[in-house]
Amino acid sequence: MKLLKKIFLLLLLLPAFTYVNSETIKVGANEKFKTPEEAVRYSSDGDRIILSGGVYPVSALVIDKRIVLEGEKGAVIDGSLLKEILTVTADSVTIRNLTLRNTGTSFVTDVAAIRLENVSGCVLENNTVENSFFALYLSSSRNCTVTGNRIAGNSVSESFSGNGIHLWKCSNIAITNNEVSGQRDGIYLEFSVNSEISGNTSRGNLRYGLHFMFSEGNRYIDNVFRNNGAGVAVMYTKRITMTGNRFEDNWGANSYGLLLKDIDNSLIYSNTFTRNTAAIYMEGSNRVNVFGNNFENNGWALKILGNCYGDSVMNNSFSNNTFDVSTNSSGNTNFFMNNYWDKYRGYDLDRDSRGDVPYRPVSLFSLVVERVPEAVVLTGSFLVDLLDAAEKIVPVFTPETLADNHPLMNRDAK
Amino acid sequence: MIRIENLEKSYGKSFTLNVDRLEFGKGSVVTLMGPNGSGKTTLLKSILGLVIPEKGTITVNGENISGQCKYRNSICYMPQSSPYPPNLKVKEIISITKDIRKKQDNYDYELFELFGMPNILEKRSGALSQGTRQRLSASLAFMFGSDIIVLDEPTAGLDPYSSGVLKTKILKVKKEGKLILLTTHIVNEVSELSDRLVFMLDGRIKVDREAFRSVNENGKEFREMVSKLFKENGVAQNN
Amino acid sequence: MRKIIKYFFGDIIRSKWIIVYTVMLLVFSAGIIYFSRDEQKALLSLLNIVMYLIPLLSMIFGSVYYYNSREFIEMLLTQPVKRSSVFYGQYFSLALTQMFGFIAGIVLPLLVFNFGLNSIFLMTAGTFLIFIFTGFALLISILVNDKIKGIGILITVWLLFAVFYDGIVLFMFYYFADYPLEKATIIASTLNPVDITRTMMMLRLDISAMFGYTGASFKKYFGSKAGYYVSLFILHMWMIIPAMIARRKFNKKNF
Repeated sequence: MKLLKKIFLLLLLLPAFTYVNSETIKVGANEKFKTPEEAVRYSSDGDRIILSGGVYPVSALVIDKRIVLEGEKGAVIDGSLLKEILTVTADSVTIRNLTLRNTGTSFVTDVAAIRLENVSGCVLENNTVENSFFALYLSSSRNCTVTGNRIAGNSVSESFSGNGIHLWKCSNIAITNNEVSGQRDGIYLEFSVNSEISGNTSRGNLRYGLHFMFSEGNRYIDNVFRNNGAGVAVMYTKRITMTGNRFEDNWGANSYGLLLKDIDNSLIYSNTFTRNTAAIYMEGSNRVNVFGNNFENNGWALKILGNCYGDSVMNNSFSNNTFDVSTNSSGNTNFFMNNYWDKYRGYDLDRDSRGDVPYRPVSLFSLVVERVPEAVVLTGSFLVDLLDAAEKIVPVFTPETLADNHPLMNRDAK
Repeated sequence: MIRIENLEKSYGKSFTLNVDRLEFGKGSVVTLMGPNGSGKTTLLKSILGLVIPEKGTITVNGENISGQCKYRNSICYMPQSSPYPPNLKVKEIISITKDIRKKQDNYDYELFELFGMPNILEKRSGALSQGTRQRLSASLAFMFGSDIIVLDEPTAGLDPYSSGVLKTKILKVKKEGKLILLTTHIVNEVSELSDRLVFMLDGRIKVDREAFRSVNENGKEFREMVSKLFKENGVAQNN
Repeated sequence: MRKIIKYFFGDIIRSKWIIVYTVMLLVFSAGIIYFSRDEQKALLSLLNIVMYLIPLLSMIFGSVYYYNSREFIEMLLTQPVKRSSVFYGQYFSLALTQMFGFIAGIVLPLLVFNFGLNSIFLMTAGTFLIFIFTGFALLISILVNDKIKGIGILITVWLLFAVFYDGIVLFMFYYFADYPLEKATIIASTLNPVDITRTMMMLRLDISAMFGYTGASFKKYFGSKAGYYVSLFILHMWMIIPAMIARRKFNKKNF
């Protein structure tokens, strides 16, 4: 008991010790230290380096002490297109309020504006990264926070560009309120677990707004993915939660709002999908619950391939989509219930705001298009409407069991 | 004025109009007669350009009419059934016809007035009786004082009074040197009016006789001749 | 010819038909614009009217008018007027009156509701289709003297362009699914004037993103100068050829 008390006391005093030891180091044209390199070399754990306004050419600076590096207004670190700019190898480093620009480009190593290499407890906060290959690169790190950063790349081709926020073998990372644009992938996770990605905006990236693989147990909340080359792709992962996100304007040949490939046991709810070529594309994904989402003005709202099992689609709203649901299979192992479909023409005699006849969201034409993609040029033709109408009356080709037996009569009747 | 040579026109397999040579001169009334389907109307329509013959030439005032339209300035036509667009008013039909034809300083309104056309100017042609339409059609045929006047069964639907008026007019313009071509089934009419009878059968000209002046005094001889023609050719004639 | 156009034009303008036509289109377009919140959806519905209803109406209107005005035509032909003038007079009067009806019924509401360039596109497409199918209407009615038979044939022709053609194309796609079809689809959709209109509108509305690779090649083709001129050329051919044949048949017709 006494020992415990002593330890508690020690812990209380610890900040005092560090405070005593820490020093604030100013860097600037009129300061003692002219360059960040000198300041970092001089500094020791717990110090705070402040860059005053001005441009500092920095190349391959390794931060190997527990310091805070921050910028005053107008502080810019310029990599002069040479190499990586900052590499952090110490735990608990904070980098904030800096503008970093012009990293080098490499096809051998992943050159970044800031790289966290096998560290814990680091914070990257309110930085601006411009014209970088990779912007923020977290490798084998834990318990870090990436928040409020603004990343603006000017990538032109996928093979000549890197990702905005890149996580490799990380865990417990919080990526919040960042803005990423003009990179290859906006936010990228591989082998990274138990992280929360929330409030970010990822737009205008060449490939994916968000891309992850083998990254289990992550939560994606209230992000906006807009106008990315191929939308959002998530692959080979279990137990993810996606909620409150907006997938918008991911419009183009082979573009997706959300592409799910081999995703199991996950939740996708309360998201909004607007103007995506295919809002959700599911391949080999099992036991995914899609509910309470809003699908509007998409080409395909849901594309569910035949190798998806036990998924459920409930309480969603589908309106103005060219195709509500399409599949390449004649069978169905997924479950549809209580969705609102704007194309539903049934009635509700018992006034329970659920339609009394089932709605079959797969149209005949969508099956044809699935087999012969070229046929999509006939969209909007009279023939197609006739075929679909005929199939609706007497279903012959569309999956018998793929039906919403209790569709909602109006959008707000959830 | 009109010369027809080697004319050939067939409708399907059953009917062929075949005229080797036929000429009509000015200052005469020529009557085409013959049973139904004998080719009278086809011959008239060929002259008018409504029917395009397969072979042969038709010249009007020395001009080959094939593919031409100007020559119709010197022809006026009164069709058999007087079909006019039902929406048009009488005055519109008149003004359109005037508008289309070559501009003239004076028009011949004699028949127009005798037939009471000024009273029905505002009527739509669809509302007119068959007889009234015939009168309108006759008025129009004579209004332009053209050299050639083609009348397809002009008296068929007319009352005796109007019929008389029309006949008087025909003889009057003949004296002015015009050519009047008409078809009819009424033998009396032929004897009253004609200078020449062309009798047609199965698309061919059977009889072409001039100078009826002498028989006109005594229609009997002529009627017998016509009856004989019809009988010889196996067609019953009512008159 | 100006005079002839004037008569026909005056006659058509006075007929109730063209008023019904305009009012009907106006009701449709106003209803569609009013009730569909989404601009794209409204345009698609209007496109359907332009693609399917306009040709059908053009054909029926054109041929019924021809059959009903045979007397008038005959009356004109006994006058010193060229047959070609009578034909063109009727053709242009029919097409122009419908064009005015179409502009008043569909294009004006679009302009009023600020649909911008798309309304100009619809106007161009509709005008082409009106001229094309008026030509067909006259051709068929000149060739076929029997009114009922003529209208039967003309509805068949409409079905051919509007439905069967796409059916054949779809069948071919399905049958040859294992072959590269991009060129074939481009050719297939440039040969039918209705399909040209639809494809171009779809590309305008950027639904082409759904077309995948096909869409990309479509966009490349129709977006290119060559594609544009070829489409325009084919539309002109559809407009000129039936009308020319109709005129020749008319010049040789017996009344």
